[in-house]
Amino acid sequence: MPKIAANPDLKAGSAFFMYLFFLLLLPQVTGAQQNIIPDDTFFQGGRSGEVPAETYPLPAINIVVGDNPNDAGETINITWDRSPDDFTGGKVKEYRIFRAEVIDGQPGEYKEVGDIPAGKTVYSYQDGNTRDGVSYYYVVQAVNFLKINNELAWLAETLSEPAGPVKSAAQWFDWRRSNALIGVLLLSSFIIIFIRQARSGKELFIRKIAGLEAVDEAVGRATEMGKKIFYIPGLSDMDNMQTIASITILGRVAELAAQYETWLEVPVCRSMVMVTAKEVVKEAYSKVGRPDAFQEDQVHYLTDDQFGYAAGIDGMVVRERPATIFFMGTFYAESLILAETGNSIGAIQIAGTAMPSQLPFFVAACDYTLIGEELFTASAYLSKEPKLLGSIKGQDMGKAVMLVAIITGIIMETFGIWDFSSLFSVIE
Amino acid sequence: MEHFALWLAAFLTLGIISFLYKDNAWYKLTESIFIGLSAGYWMVSLFWDNFYGKFWVNKSESPYLYVGAVLGLLMLLRLVPRIGWISRWPLSFIVGATSGLWLINYFSSNIMKQIEATILPLFSAQFGSGFDAGAAAIIGNLVIVTGTFSGLVYFFFSKEHKGAFGRTAKLGIWIIMITFGASFGYTVMSRMSLFIGRIDFLLSDWLGMIL
Repeated sequence: MPKIAANPDLKAGSAFFMYLFFLLLLPQVTGAQQNIIPDDTFFQGGRSGEVPAETYPLPAINIVVGDNPNDAGETINITWDRSPDDFTGGKVKEYRIFRAEVIDGQPGEYKEVGDIPAGKTVYSYQDGNTRDGVSYYYVVQAVNFLKINNELAWLAETLSEPAGPVKSAAQWFDWRRSNALIGVLLLSSFIIIFIRQARSGKELFIRKIAGLEAVDEAVGRATEMGKKIFYIPGLSDMDNMQTIASITILGRVAELAAQYETWLEVPVCRSMVMVTAKEVVKEAYSKVGRPDAFQEDQVHYLTDDQFGYAAGIDGMVVRERPATIFFMGTFYAESLILAETGNSIGAIQIAGTAMPSQLPFFVAACDYTLIGEELFTASAYLSKEPKLLGSIKGQDMGKAVMLVAIITGIIMETFGIWDFSSLFSVIE
Repeated sequence: MEHFALWLAAFLTLGIISFLYKDNAWYKLTESIFIGLSAGYWMVSLFWDNFYGKFWVNKSESPYLYVGAVLGLLMLLRLVPRIGWISRWPLSFIVGATSGLWLINYFSSNIMKQIEATILPLFSAQFGSGFDAGAAAIIGNLVIVTGTFSGLVYFFFSKEHKGAFGRTAKLGIWIIMITFGASFGYTVMSRMSLFIGRIDFLLSDWLGMIL
């Protein structure tokens, strides 16, 4: 028989009597609970010999169950306080969590949903495998066991009181992300206010952006040289903001190309981008009264493969020697290969991306580079539409608020007044 | 067969690298094989993984998937000239839904997190710990705060970059360029490792010169 370590916490008289009381009660408790949970769920490891009565731990207490808040449902939280026998060298080795579905108002068969090793003060478990709208009961089992030569000698377990019923449910709103909502509403209101101002005829100033000023010049150069313009919209699909911004700029470049009767070629690597780019280029040609000049194969697919696409464009660039190349959108490792090849044939190159790791290559190898947000500003800058100009002014107001927040936060944190940065913490 | 595959891989690798000399027939052949093969591979992969895998093998019960399938079918209507205009609907849906979905994500990652990371106690190791930061930490904090502040000023578009504002914007673009320089060096090193990988393949796998 294994020796049971003495519990130092139970040396006090009252605790000792409590201990004796539970020892006497345990066989009844477990006997009653075995009606709820079948034996085979407990003794999976097998056992030899009888379980010593004094090895049964006291149950976990204060079981609290509840729906996991701010989630998409299907998760229930269970928390409990440790068993009085849960301490270093105590009788609780682990806790097992059992769940039963409510059938006709009563808990049905309990099934184990998880376990947690002992050694904490307060325990919590997240059951992420529930069905929304279904009621459940939970019990927590305090488990003691002995293994000899990795063989289970005996296993003693005590069940807690059942807790429930409880249902999981999905929430419409994650309240922990309220700060993001407030921020978006603030930014949106700035944008709406300035769009209204722009529509009412107020002049809105936009500073010069060299890369965008050069678009007309670049298209004009290709016209003068009687050569092609290549427009590369990057690797991403239409679900990427950079590609959407790129397609907007493509519309403006296509208008100019149609006006100047210069061949514009758009090799793409995503079918969705091809379809959208075709629509945009076609519409641009119609807008300037040259629908006849548009040809379907101006916008064509190469391959979805990153380096296959790069190899294809490199080949086209050195063979067809365009006068102007635009790289606008999302680029990865192929950026330098493409920009260097364009540079080697002496083409005027204008690049724009919000990929921080690729911008250095474009800055090094291209004539003009739109850095990050400049790419997203391009559509407003090129079209001069009041609606778009108003949105840029609104975004600038948003940036001004950010700067004020940063300065205020730094002062507060430096002088230990308030942890201001916690206002901006984001819950993933 | 294994030897044939090895020789073919070496032939194609050298074909792609031959572009460093100049455009040539070997490169053209390799380029065509690369593009054709990868386009075919992607088409087959997308068909079997997405279309066949989700609708036939797993028989997904998610209604959203069928919405996607209907949008995909509408997209194909552009092949029918008379009703080709319907294909614009799924495009509009994708562009609009994408913008909405990404708004919060970008706002959180590109704005909230950046502000949180910039609000630093300048002279403390952490908030509330007193003025206990070392010289290196103080310099680091100042660089982060100054860099972010001036970088943000550079991206103001509705105000002319003149006077103190202009000088701050200039400092911002300088800091951005210095960052690009560091990033350039770092990325070039990683590109070199890719090239070394191909050379290693040629010298060890193909020629057996490196054991």
